[in-house]
Amino acid sequence: MSAPLLEIENLTVTFPTSRGPVDVVKGISFSLGRERLGIVGESGSGKSMTGRSILRLIRKPGRVAADRITFDGIDLLSQSERQMRELRGARISMVMQDPKFSLNPVMTIGEQIGEALLTHRKLPRSELKARVLSMLEAVRINEPERVANLYPHEVSGGMGQRVMIAMMLIPEPDLLIADEPTSALDVSVQAQVLDIIDDLVTGKGMGLILISHDLNLVSRYCDRILVMNSGEIVESCKASDLNKATHPYTKGLLAAMPRMDEERDELPVLDRSTWTTGAGT
Amino acid sequence: MIDWLLDDSPASRLQANMGRAWRVWTALLRNPLAVVGALIVLVLVVMAIFAPLIAPYSPVGQDLANRLMPPSAEHWMGTDELGRDIYSRVVYGARITLLIVTMVAVIAAPIGLVVGAVSGYFGGWVDRVLMGVTDIFLSMPKLILALAFVAALGPGIENAIIAIAITAWPVYARIARAETITFRDSEFISAVRLQGASATRVILRHVLPLCASSTIVRVTLDMAGIILTAAGLGFLGLGAQPPLPEWGAMISRGRNFILDQWWVATMPGFAIILVSLGFCFLGDGLRDVLDPKQGEKQ
Amino acid sequence: MKNAAIHLENLSISYGTTPVVFDVDFSVSEGESFALVGESGSGKSTILKAISGLAPDWSGRISVLGKPRGHKPDREFAKTCQMVFQDPYGSLHPRKTVDDCLAEPLAVHGIGGRDTRVKDMLDAVGLDQRFRFRFPHQLSGGQRQRVAIARALMLEPRVMLLDEPTSALDVSVQAEILNLLKKLRREQGLTYLMVTHNLPVVSFLCDRMAVMRHGRVVEIAEVDALKTGRLSDPYSRELYAASGGTLQPA
Repeated sequence: MSAPLLEIENLTVTFPTSRGPVDVVKGISFSLGRERLGIVGESGSGKSMTGRSILRLIRKPGRVAADRITFDGIDLLSQSERQMRELRGARISMVMQDPKFSLNPVMTIGEQIGEALLTHRKLPRSELKARVLSMLEAVRINEPERVANLYPHEVSGGMGQRVMIAMMLIPEPDLLIADEPTSALDVSVQAQVLDIIDDLVTGKGMGLILISHDLNLVSRYCDRILVMNSGEIVESCKASDLNKATHPYTKGLLAAMPRMDEERDELPVLDRSTWTTGAGT
Repeated sequence: MIDWLLDDSPASRLQANMGRAWRVWTALLRNPLAVVGALIVLVLVVMAIFAPLIAPYSPVGQDLANRLMPPSAEHWMGTDELGRDIYSRVVYGARITLLIVTMVAVIAAPIGLVVGAVSGYFGGWVDRVLMGVTDIFLSMPKLILALAFVAALGPGIENAIIAIAITAWPVYARIARAETITFRDSEFISAVRLQGASATRVILRHVLPLCASSTIVRVTLDMAGIILTAAGLGFLGLGAQPPLPEWGAMISRGRNFILDQWWVATMPGFAIILVSLGFCFLGDGLRDVLDPKQGEKQ
Repeated sequence: MKNAAIHLENLSISYGTTPVVFDVDFSVSEGESFALVGESGSGKSTILKAISGLAPDWSGRISVLGKPRGHKPDREFAKTCQMVFQDPYGSLHPRKTVDDCLAEPLAVHGIGGRDTRVKDMLDAVGLDQRFRFRFPHQLSGGQRQRVAIARALMLEPRVMLLDEPTSALDVSVQAEILNLLKKLRREQGLTYLMVTHNLPVVSFLCDRMAVMRHGRVVEIAEVDALKTGRLSDPYSRELYAASGGTLQPA
């Protein structure tokens, strides 16, 4: 493994509630090279908050604290908001769950992708257009010329998500954070989209953080997996070793999933009392 | 007691509903303006109920020897052109004001709610007809419409109430319709329909409770407007008739002396402003509590 | 074969002027658990809506337990067939307690003994009595879905329409709800018609399935086909492979 691209030490994200502050991420540490890291967990596990805190996208009144968050030698915690804006998109990109809410409805797709590039670099018009079209081709859009002139509502969910990926990858960032990039999509489209991400990430030697609730999906597309539960990392393993997971939560999750060749009469249910103390019902 | 109210697992329907009411109440208390508004409204209610105890004089008792006296220890707000104690008249006026706003709310809000909910729930031609009627009423200026009705029905407090109610309901119908449309096709309404509930039942038991909170907020905010319209009618001599101590009518009478005996018109004016403000504050507070999607807080 | 619990013949459904389902025929026998599988826009949920009366623009024939269906929800039908919706957050009235929600169908049909019936039903779906007077916002997603299932069962229907009942839930909660659905079916001899895009869920809960695409049924298969990977239609094979199944020659 090369020198770490991203290092996180003791990251805590806190939100105030009517019953006092609640830590949604409780002092987690991990590092990432130019590899594909999966973060898996159920709703409320803090996985999305972890992804967002790297880009410092946690909204007030949430608070982020960490001993260290460094990206390629840059201390992200001490960057000004302006410096962060330059990093976001140019060097670290994020793909969100639903393309419908992330794309601007009144700009054509071509304009939006071009815009994503222009905010970080000045380019002549003709070259910009060529870059946009080749990027659309890279995300396997068949008629890039035609699609570039469409508006977001004129494309399907799968294509919208591919457009998002094109937009996020055109400035050639070093790290892509994909937060549930496919959970709004159909299974057959999911595979396509993830294959595209995978090709681009491995082809360019980028780092990838894939955040998802789907253990199988993450294990198929990542090198390493972190399993999160109520704000803590409970398991960290190689994707290929997922079946040898040791933590009862990971094992429970794996067992609770129905299989294609299901023979069990009843699915085992997580017994949360075995590893957490104050777990809710 | 508070533990009982805030219990996460209430043991009865009553406890569950009381708990909800308690949470709304405490949320309201956290908003200082809402508390001020609630206090003003409370004072108005207390004044109306205990007017004979609070007012030092009769509201209609004339004392021509003491006409147009400025405010003094004897007459806190002075006396009017017939020597009546203005303070006593303002206190008794609270009764009339409260009567008007409650009656208007009781008549207009349910009509508006039902028209709006029926219109939104059924859609189609029902919606077009009902909303057409609503729009006709909405397009006419409130005071003018009320004037026309009073002119037709004859001046008097009952007719003023009817006139204001007739001009007030279309707004509630609009709100209720908009709310109803947002959840008409939601799954919880579908679920009740699939259980065989009739349209009447769905509207009364499931749709209306959801429109109610935004309507309550709106009614409270409209109270100020209703008071002003009532005062306007009174001022024009079309509302409460003399010698009833209606605030608008009092201003109207005081107009003649406004330059030399300012208190005659100013005192009831203050009362109108204060009470209108109280309802506005309370309404804003209620909106934040009952209707978070319209307020600033999420 | 036993009596058909649900029988569809030449069913075509449209939303306004847009046709979404074309000439669907299938029949679900009593006590069977049948799945409608397909991707979004395949028309699978629309079929459930047509059967329940929520999508009134259809032609063809629908009969449930031998009785032809009308185009609207009706009281008699409500007692034989109920539906569970996908979104546990949208299917419960936000201002009504669990108790109100469960007692409502009894009130609609004038059935007495509401107190005991509600209590028994909470037990049946595995909800503690202390949840009885809670509002939906005080419940988790899984608990809400249990309430939704309980509500559907209050009228003791024999046929249940399940519209993606677990797709909005976490894996661990999904397992609990699937177990519950399986248990209820075994205990009460219910017939299930379930819409889902999740093939492993079908494998766990269903006996047969119909694969839908673009508003048509492309294949009807026994659930064993999922275990052996012997699906015949090219589209179902594609769907199967994308869901992580290992294909065998048909």
